[in-house]
Amino acid sequence: MAPVRLDMDRIIDDRRTRIIVCCGSGGVGKTTAAAAIGLRAAERGRHTCVLTVDPARRLAQSMGLTSLDNTPRQVDGVDTAGGGSLHAMMLDMKRTFDEIVEAHADPDRAAQILANPFYQSLSSSFAGTQEYMAMEKLGQLRHADEWDLIVVDTPPSRSALDFLDAPQRLGRFLDGRLIRVLTAPAKAGLSYMKVLNTGLAMITGTLTKILGTQVLRDAQTFVTALDTMFGGFRERAESTYRLLQAPGTAFLVIAAPEPDALREASYFVERLDAERMPLAGLILNRVHTSPAERLSAARSLAAAETLEMRDRPNGEPVPGPQRYALAAAALRIHAERMHLGKRERRLAEHFTSAHPAIPVAEVGAQPEDVHDIDGLRVIGALLSGQAP
Amino acid sequence: MTTRDTDWDGVRLHVITGKGGTGKTTVAAAMALALATAGHKVLLIEVEGRQGLARLFDRPPLPYEERKVALGLGAQGTGQGGDVYALAVDPEGALLDYLGMFYNLRRTGMALNRLGVMDFATTIAPGLSDVLVTGKATEAARRRVTRGGDHVYHAVVMDAPPTGRIGRFLNVSTEVSALAKVGPIKTHADTVAKVIRSPQTAVHFVTTLEEMPVQETLDGIAELHELTGGAIRAGGIIVNMARPALLSSADLAAAASGTLDVAELAIGLKAAGISENHGLAADLMTELRDHALQVALQDKERDELLTVGAPHYELPMIPDGIDLAGLYQLADALRQQGAA
Repeated sequence: MAPVRLDMDRIIDDRRTRIIVCCGSGGVGKTTAAAAIGLRAAERGRHTCVLTVDPARRLAQSMGLTSLDNTPRQVDGVDTAGGGSLHAMMLDMKRTFDEIVEAHADPDRAAQILANPFYQSLSSSFAGTQEYMAMEKLGQLRHADEWDLIVVDTPPSRSALDFLDAPQRLGRFLDGRLIRVLTAPAKAGLSYMKVLNTGLAMITGTLTKILGTQVLRDAQTFVTALDTMFGGFRERAESTYRLLQAPGTAFLVIAAPEPDALREASYFVERLDAERMPLAGLILNRVHTSPAERLSAARSLAAAETLEMRDRPNGEPVPGPQRYALAAAALRIHAERMHLGKRERRLAEHFTSAHPAIPVAEVGAQPEDVHDIDGLRVIGALLSGQAP
Repeated sequence: MTTRDTDWDGVRLHVITGKGGTGKTTVAAAMALALATAGHKVLLIEVEGRQGLARLFDRPPLPYEERKVALGLGAQGTGQGGDVYALAVDPEGALLDYLGMFYNLRRTGMALNRLGVMDFATTIAPGLSDVLVTGKATEAARRRVTRGGDHVYHAVVMDAPPTGRIGRFLNVSTEVSALAKVGPIKTHADTVAKVIRSPQTAVHFVTTLEEMPVQETLDGIAELHELTGGAIRAGGIIVNMARPALLSSADLAAAASGTLDVAELAIGLKAAGISENHGLAADLMTELRDHALQVALQDKERDELLTVGAPHYELPMIPDGIDLAGLYQLADALRQQGAA
């Protein structure tokens, strides 16, 4: 059964669509897809901003993303005849985090937090923070209301789920029991420690043993400082989460026709459903098709062998140029391409039979990587089911 | 002892990294199979909780326990392989292990876990959980059957985090000392760092011959060098899913520029008994052009990789997808090229 075709142009032309989130595992062309969608939307009249997390250098350069200044910059080379525009920005994780701290704490406390080694480790580490900051920046851009469409490319998480979990994980952590253990002495002084039961005393003792007193003290200072900003953090995380659930948001899951990428995609689809996030469809990227589908892999391979035998009647090549070398090679290349295409289709069908209601758009594999605006335009057209 | 020299004799810990989608888990598994010659035990470690190894070896999810998953690739002629064990390391398990091994505090560790200590560490200080995970790998690499006796494992292969994170992941000592200048965890990190920075450890980069993975490989190698002041060196570069050129170089050039002789192709098709209907030859020419462009791109990316000067290995594309037979095929290719 053929899946429903994902109508990309309908989504980007619909003025009610305000946010498009591209997610999927690493290495499937997520960033390129996000940029291509942004460009196409801009050239169809939307005021668009693309928020990207970790673009390939040449793609970043082609979009003018040479400086990491955490503000959207206008992209050149975009056809603005339709009245649209394209801005793009690359996420500066640490800076985004610093800005939140500065916005939520008084200057003295902010300075204290920014200088804390735990804060520095947290704000520049990739695990978790990047996801959270990407969502934070998305919330900020949406709130600024300067663009009528924001396309966001999610971080290449080791697990696709991290990105949805990030806001809640921080909240859960700040709400957790450990934080109460750590902040207890700082809050109530030593007298409070005395009434702690021996179990907790043992825990603090163990932590001191493993980490050393200095580390524990830094951790305590940090979480105590964070605790005061706790309400603000949680509020922001929750409002971004609600923003993602709102009807103006469209999630796109990007996958390549490979087992791992499709498994992640399945995971993602189910997770988005469970969180009641509005999923628009799946983009199946880098699909191998052939302009000569009428010649099957099996027949092509058999023909190649026939020709190779003619060129080498006794298993040894005859002297002189081989008459059929080119045709035999062409047939082998075709057979390989058909074989790969068939395998990919089988994998894709596996996905669509498990998720029959999800619209799918396919993008053919390009012989070369995309690293300029023209290349993005081609991908955008392919995404919308048009020959470029 | 191996009967022949490989490029990595003396290396006990092979760290395998690569950009997402390049097949680093597959290559790590193939490397373990290749290293497990007759009589040798090799441990394959997974660190990201994805259970990729279990899927690869067609097994239920791996627990935090060293379990035999496959026989190694037999040495040439003998057909006898060693044993490959697998272990999925998670920070929680590694913390319990660490507390149990060094402080005899396993039960306290369980209480800590209930309080969410690892949630805490992974959330606010990933460097701390990284040191526990890498610590488990170095411990396995150094472990001996008896004090002063043989090593339990001939080699340990780690399916490590992706290229973008590998520098910080391996640079545990510096990451931890930013948090802890002194203290037990710092001492532990220093011990781990000593193994990782020794000639016993090699960090191999898996890539495909595509622009982005190659760029990330080059960046990753540079970052590793920079972060550690050259103390952690890049090992080999393992190109995965390489597609061989099926045309002569003259034909490739002609195909790329669109000057191939369509008539020659049509004659060949006819000779093979395939009727040239609806411009089949022209369509095949389009495919030849795509192939030529791809080969040219591959060659360009390969040249970029070769500028690094690291040992270079190439593994073929397995068209039917990776299963155990495919893994042995890749293991054999690694061994033929001297990687194991």
